[in-house]
Amino acid sequence: MTRAPLTTALLAGLPLALAACEVGPKDIQQTGHRGTGMVQLADRSNLPGPDRIPGETYRDIVLDPNNLGEPAGEFYENVQVLGDLKTEEFNRLMIAITEWVSPEQGCNYCHNPENMASDEVYTKVVARKMIQMTRAINVNWKDHVKDTGVTCWTCHRGQPVPAHYWTTDPESMARMGMRSRRGQNNPDAMPAVYSSLPYDPFTAYILEKDPSERRIRVSGTSAYPMPGMRRATLMDTEMTYGFMMHFSDSLGVNCTFCHNTHSFSDWSGSTAQRAISWYGIRMVRDANENYITPLTSVFPASRLGPAGDPFKINCATCHQGKNKPMGGYSMIREFPELARLPVAAPAAVTPTTAAAPQPTDSAATAAVAVATPAG
Amino acid sequence: MAYQNIFTQIQVVGPAHGVPLPAGDDDRVGTPGVSRLLGRLGNAQIGPIYLGRLGLASLVCGFIAFEIIGLNMWASVDWDPVQFVRQLFWLSLEPPRPEYGLSIPPLAEGGWWLIAGFFLTLSILLWWARTYVRARRLGMGTHVAWAFASAIFLYLSLGFFRPILMGSWSEAVPFGIFPHLDWTAALSIRYGNFFYNPFHALSIVFLYGSTLLFAMHGATILAVSRYGGDREIEQIVDRGTASERAALFWRWTMGFNASMESIHRWAWWFAVLTTLTGGIGILLTGTVVDNWYLWAVEHGFAPAYPPTGTVDPLLQQGAAQ
Repeated sequence: MTRAPLTTALLAGLPLALAACEVGPKDIQQTGHRGTGMVQLADRSNLPGPDRIPGETYRDIVLDPNNLGEPAGEFYENVQVLGDLKTEEFNRLMIAITEWVSPEQGCNYCHNPENMASDEVYTKVVARKMIQMTRAINVNWKDHVKDTGVTCWTCHRGQPVPAHYWTTDPESMARMGMRSRRGQNNPDAMPAVYSSLPYDPFTAYILEKDPSERRIRVSGTSAYPMPGMRRATLMDTEMTYGFMMHFSDSLGVNCTFCHNTHSFSDWSGSTAQRAISWYGIRMVRDANENYITPLTSVFPASRLGPAGDPFKINCATCHQGKNKPMGGYSMIREFPELARLPVAAPAAVTPTTAAAPQPTDSAATAAVAVATPAG
Repeated sequence: MAYQNIFTQIQVVGPAHGVPLPAGDDDRVGTPGVSRLLGRLGNAQIGPIYLGRLGLASLVCGFIAFEIIGLNMWASVDWDPVQFVRQLFWLSLEPPRPEYGLSIPPLAEGGWWLIAGFFLTLSILLWWARTYVRARRLGMGTHVAWAFASAIFLYLSLGFFRPILMGSWSEAVPFGIFPHLDWTAALSIRYGNFFYNPFHALSIVFLYGSTLLFAMHGATILAVSRYGGDREIEQIVDRGTASERAALFWRWTMGFNASMESIHRWAWWFAVLTTLTGGIGILLTGTVVDNWYLWAVEHGFAPAYPPTGTVDPLLQQGAAQ
C-alpha cells in the first residue's frame, strides 16, 4: 500500500506531462455572444512588450505656425512629393524620417551630402515613393488605419528594412517536381505558423488587386451546389487557411477575433474587426502593387528576394504581433502633413541624374500618385 | 484494494499447442515463445503467426506504399536524413493539383500519390480478405472482417469514392501527419462547418458511444472478475454468478441491462456505424451539399445569434469600386 500515494501523485501529474499548455495566468476577454467561444486569450507571461515611441530628435522642435518659412518645393531643389510642406515642417519631417528609418546611418543613408537634392542614392528614390505610399494610406485607407494612421515608424521602427516583409517563394511558384513541397508542409516557413499549410499565400492574395474580389472566399455560398457556380477546391481552401494563420500570428489573436466560427463566412456573425481587415487586405494590395513593386528596378540585388521581387508588406509589417500596431498609438497627430495629399500628378520612379537643378514648379512638387482604394 | 486487476494477474503457461490447418493452408511461421511482460497485457504466448499468401501479398503492397510515401517525403527535404526526422510530421505526399482532374499526372506531380494510394488500398483489401479467410478457416463468423470493411468504406470514401464523384483527385487526403490534419480542417471550412453535417454528428455519437460502451463493459467485467466474471458464457444462465451480479448492477443502477451476448452486439454496431455514417457524411459533402451550415439553417437546426451589425464590405461598396 505504500505505493498508493506515489501512484496517485504520478497519475495526478500525468496531464502536466502530456499537455503542451502554458500554465501561467491568462487574460480572458469575451468578444462575442455567449456560447460562441468568441474569446481572446492572452498568456500574461507572453504578452508583447510595450512599443518604443520615437521622438528624441524631433520632440523638442516647436513649429511656429506663423513662421514656417516658404514652401519647401520653392526653397529646396528637386522636392517632388513634399513640396506642399513649409520649409520648417519639411526640415522637421526629414529629421523624423532619419530617426524612424536610418538613425544609425543618418541623412547620408538617402542623401549625397555633397548635393542633398541629388537622386543618385537609390534609397532616396525609394523613400520618395514610400512617402507617397504613407500619405495615400492615411488618406485613402481610413477604413483600415482610421485616424490613427501610419508613419514610416509604423513599419520601420528604426531600421532601414522593416523586420517583417515577404517575397515570393520560387518553390511555391514551381509546385512541381518530386523535391518540391508545393509551397507547403514546412515547419520552418513561419507565415504558416508551424502548420503544414501553404506558406506563401501572399503572392496569390496580396501581390496585386484581385479583380474577382472573391478568391479568398472559399466556403460554399449556398446550401447546395449550383450549376455554373464558382467552386473553390480544397487546395484553394488550404491557401486561404494559411493566409488566415498569418493574420492570426501577425495580430496576436485567434480566429474568433474576427469570426464566429460556427460559420466563418457569415458576415452578420462576424466582428467589426473582420470588415476592418477586409479593407486591410485591399490596402496592402494597393501598397504592394502601386508603390513597392514599381520600385523593383530601383532596388539593388541585396534588397530583392530569390525570385527577384522587392521586399513587400503583409499584416506583420505594421502589426508586429499586436491587433493595433503600437497598441493604437497615433503618430500622425504630430505629423498631419503625412495625412494629406497635395494636388495629384504621378511622380517619376526612375532616379533623375540630379546634379543639375530641377525645375521646382508646383506641378512637379505636388507629384503624389493618388491611389484610389482598390476596393 | 487487495484485488487489483489493471493488468492480467494470473498467467497460465502450458505447453504450446495449435490446431491443425486445413489442406491448402501454409504452415505457421515462428517458434512460440512466452513473454511474462506481454502476459500482463494479454496472452503470454507469442506466435506462431500465420503468414499465408494473402498476408504476404498484403505486407508487400503495404511496404511498397510505405516506401513510396517515405521516399517522396525524404526527397522533399533534399535527402537530408536529419531534416527528414526533424520535419517528418510536416512532410507529405500530396495528391495531384486540381487542374489534373481524374487524369493520371506525371509521377512528381501526383503520380506517386496515385501509385501509393493504389498499393495501400490493395494492401488493405488483401488484409481484409485475410481476416475473412482466417475466420472461416477457424470455423468462426466473419464479424471482424465486416467491421473492418466499415472502416475501409470510410477510407475509400475519403480517398477514392468522393474524389471520383467530385471529378478530381485533388479533393483526396494527402499522405502526411500534419498535412492530413490540416486537410481535415480545410474540408470543414470549405463546406461550411462539418459540425452541421448530420452524418458527422452521427459518427461522433457512435464514436463517443463506443468509448462509453467500452468503458462500461470493460469496467463491469473487471469488477466481477473476482467471481470469475471473465468466464462470461459459462455463467450466463446460472444464479448468483459474477455474470448475474454484473447484470444486476446495471439493472439496479439504470433499470436496464445488456445481456452477456447483446453487449457485444452493442459494441460491434457502435463501432461499425461510426465509420459507416462518417463515410456517408463524406460522400454527401460537395456532391449533394455545398455548405452544411447553410443546410442546417434551411433545416432549422443551426443556432441563431444576434447579428453583430457587421456588413460584408463587398456588398456595402456595391458597384462603386
